Amino acid sequence: MNLTSLTAVALGKKIRAKEVSAAEAAAAALEEIKKKEPQINSFVTVDEEGAIERAKEVQKGIEDGIYTSPLAGVPIAVKDNICTKGIRTTCSSKILKNFIPSYMAQAVRNLEKAGAIVIGKTNMDEFAMGSTTETSYFGAVKNPWNTAHVPGGSSGGSCAAVAAEECTCALGSDTGGSIRQPSSFCGVTGIKPTYGTVSRYGLIAYGSSLDQIGPIAKDVTDCAAILEVISSYDKKDSTSVRRSDLDFMSALTDDVSGMKIGIPKDYFGNGLNEEVKQHVLSAAKVLEEKGAILEAFDLGLVEYAVPAYYVIACAEASSNLARFDGVKYGYRTDDYAGLHQMYKKSRSEGFGPEVKRRIMLGSFVLSSGYYDAYYLKALRTKALIKQEFDKAFAKYDVVLGPTAPSTAPEIGSSLEDPMKMYLGDIYTISVNLAGLPGISVPCGLDQNGLPIGLQLIGDCFQEKKIIRTAYAFEQTRQYQRSPYGSGIPADKAASWKGGDRA
Amino acid sequence: MRKLYETVIGLEVHVELATKTKIFCGCSTAFGGAPNSHTCPVCTGMPGSLPVLNKQVVEYAMAVGLATNCDITRDCKFDRKNYFYPDNPQNYQISQLYLPICRNGSIEIETESGGTKHIGIHEIHMEEDAGKLIHDEWEDCSYVDFNRSGVPLIEIVSEPDMRSAEEVIAYLDKLRLIVQYLGASDCKLQEGSMRADVNLSVREAGSKTFGTRTEMKNLNSFKAITRAIEHEKNRQIDLLESGEKVIQETRRWDDVKEYSYAMRSKEDAQDYRYFPDPDLVPVHISEEWIQEVKARQPELRTEKLLRYQSEYGLPFYDADILTGTKKLADLFEATAKISSKPKKVSNWIMGETMRLLKESGMEPEEIRFSPENLAKLIELVDNGTVNGSVAKEVFEVVFAEDIDPAVYVEEKGLKTVHDEGALRSTIDRVIKENPKSVEDYQNGKQKAIGFLVGQTMKAMKGKANPGMVNEILKEVLSQL
Repeated sequence: MNLTSLTAVALGKKIRAKEVSAAEAAAAALEEIKKKEPQINSFVTVDEEGAIERAKEVQKGIEDGIYTSPLAGVPIAVKDNICTKGIRTTCSSKILKNFIPSYMAQAVRNLEKAGAIVIGKTNMDEFAMGSTTETSYFGAVKNPWNTAHVPGGSSGGSCAAVAAEECTCALGSDTGGSIRQPSSFCGVTGIKPTYGTVSRYGLIAYGSSLDQIGPIAKDVTDCAAILEVISSYDKKDSTSVRRSDLDFMSALTDDVSGMKIGIPKDYFGNGLNEEVKQHVLSAAKVLEEKGAILEAFDLGLVEYAVPAYYVIACAEASSNLARFDGVKYGYRTDDYAGLHQMYKKSRSEGFGPEVKRRIMLGSFVLSSGYYDAYYLKALRTKALIKQEFDKAFAKYDVVLGPTAPSTAPEIGSSLEDPMKMYLGDIYTISVNLAGLPGISVPCGLDQNGLPIGLQLIGDCFQEKKIIRTAYAFEQTRQYQRSPYGSGIPADKAASWKGGDRA
Repeated sequence: MRKLYETVIGLEVHVELATKTKIFCGCSTAFGGAPNSHTCPVCTGMPGSLPVLNKQVVEYAMAVGLATNCDITRDCKFDRKNYFYPDNPQNYQISQLYLPICRNGSIEIETESGGTKHIGIHEIHMEEDAGKLIHDEWEDCSYVDFNRSGVPLIEIVSEPDMRSAEEVIAYLDKLRLIVQYLGASDCKLQEGSMRADVNLSVREAGSKTFGTRTEMKNLNSFKAITRAIEHEKNRQIDLLESGEKVIQETRRWDDVKEYSYAMRSKEDAQDYRYFPDPDLVPVHISEEWIQEVKARQPELRTEKLLRYQSEYGLPFYDADILTGTKKLADLFEATAKISSKPKKVSNWIMGETMRLLKESGMEPEEIRFSPENLAKLIELVDNGTVNGSVAKEVFEVVFAEDIDPAVYVEEKGLKTVHDEGALRSTIDRVIKENPKSVEDYQNGKQKAIGFLVGQTMKAMKGKANPGMVNEILKEVLSQL
């Protein structure tokens, strides 16, 4: 058994019990990464030296009783849009390919305070713009369940690394579904917390009003443990919220009796893959059998979430990404005459097509004469969507639906039709627009052996309710390992159909 | 014959606030410092950094707003102004467009005719300053210094209510005094901590509609503003008189060559794509907060002017000059508190201090001597330790080096000699040495005594009490 096949909490327990050292855990992860990276490509940077060095320090800290958290000594991968002091942080973009931050993101600082060990930086869609992790400057990430398929995105590298058992857990970021959708495609669990729960300081912004950092791991327990560590009020982030209910592990109770679960009919209509629908509905049934009360309802405005999201996120992105200009850091074109050309060539050469598309879209909706018609209207739509959820949460504890309309598509099948790709975010996006917490947990495989995700959405600051529900559901099944996780040789992986091996 | 024209002027005044730290990070706002030594990830636009609002900036903006009779926006917001320029590290400036902190204010100015006039204030908003580009001609490249990046500014936008350069200067003077009194800024035009852009148009006298306006930048002194207004007014009138049109554009004033040139026209105007900054939350200003700021509001000039007359018994003339500069008012009050002889304090400031300032080409803000030393000097004169002319000499040293006058007088032996015996023997000698003057005096030439007093003072190295010298001389001469 490899140490990376354990959950983060189980590995942490072994480390604290001195059955395994932090250095051994780090070495095991580095070993798996070396073995699997040629096929999966989930990492942009692996910090081998730093991780081993840090593991020794942490080991000493554990022995001295400084580190007592469940994550002490546990190696963790961090999405490459989260700044790590001294470790290159690229956003999977050419424009930042050599950028080494001089500061640490608050979420990573919190991890380090708990004794977790950053093992490397994971691949992603360039600047988190995409749903497939194919737009990375460092090449596409492959789905560990079937390397002909995408892992989803934009946190595809983090999800694939966990599913491939290159490490036990990872951080991702979620602006429109970027933690939940790839978690669904890779058969792992991921949480997008309530906006303001995890500090955005050091997260390279895409859509500032929507971005949140969150955990990705094999199970709900790990996610709760990581979320507990990374959440904090941070005065460096003006949108950070002071909360006193960050003891998420207390929600791991396996008890959903009396819990009211709303199922939005609008999430089960046209465009939803039949197999996904069946698995999600049977997951609901399982919860009902455990004592939850199910009720179907009309959520409303679902079709407006995607357009509102792309207007708001792109508007913010067009401004957030303006700082990448070749003046201060990052890529600068070799050959230019004058300032204007330096800007133009550095940015034209440094950004990929999807990023450029979104910058142009965002610049357009903010330009004079269009601001009211697009940007302001989108903001009003966002407020109305929030109201729809407020109504739902007046009646239900949790809203249940699919994470994505389908399972992971094949590599190369999404990018030529961006509109179709954008619509793939239909169930996750409104959660960001309303600032709500959401979790994706695996609920089965389709007939091609690709994972399906169940999404549970909570009201603001009600992470514990979705954690409780997801945990109760998870207790009824076994974790399904991906072929790359369980060590199926590369040549056989593509033909392996997966399936329950519980 | 030329038609009659009216000039219409509105001002956009940028004031650099006197906070210790920048508007969105903890970096120092101090001047000097090696390039990029007062910077951090936030004010250099590093990826992942986030702005956090400095509360003091809001309080200064509120204070200026309250002192200029503005409405305070209870939920104001920051917006991003997007444009690319290397001195602007994020390539957007955080400013306020949609909900500025203060609106609908006014201040009263005195007009030349002796009346008063209200100048409307359209809005006051908070924003961040940019860094500075340094062009190296030799190396043919440019450097950026972000020390000023993120220094807090307020922009005070007036209504187009001014009609002449005199009104503009009166408005700026009043505004500067208010801001200085509040301690919100030192408002030095030359150093750029106060910058005024002039929006000017002309129209035929009696017309109800505005003409096309231009915006004039780079005005570094009141004199430059006056010259630029005169020049621009005439330029626009000349254009209209010759049947041409005024183009809406931004112009740059060159005060050395005394002319302006077009920087960019309206057609080239950038679309700044303003939108609310999602990294900052709306600033909620409660009634309590407003009351708190109001309560802390220092006494402004109008009240001070009245109080100086009633409390210190100063004439209006003195009070007007002393309150005309915050530094002089502060110096006066601090000195008067120690010496409790306000009129004498006022005389020293209005007389010798102003004379020395003028001679050395200094501004009142550059005064270095302490109220304690001025108070001591006044006391030395009052108790007869030194006489008036010695005191003036000592004050020059106090003014230049802020020395302790008591110590200085002691060390240099400048004390007035009160020893009558020594004085009488000196007078005897002077009388012997100047028989001609004695004769003149005795022949009824009263003026001759002045010469003898002067000779005695000279012999005493200035340290005698002139009154006493006069008295004894008369006595001795009458007995001859």
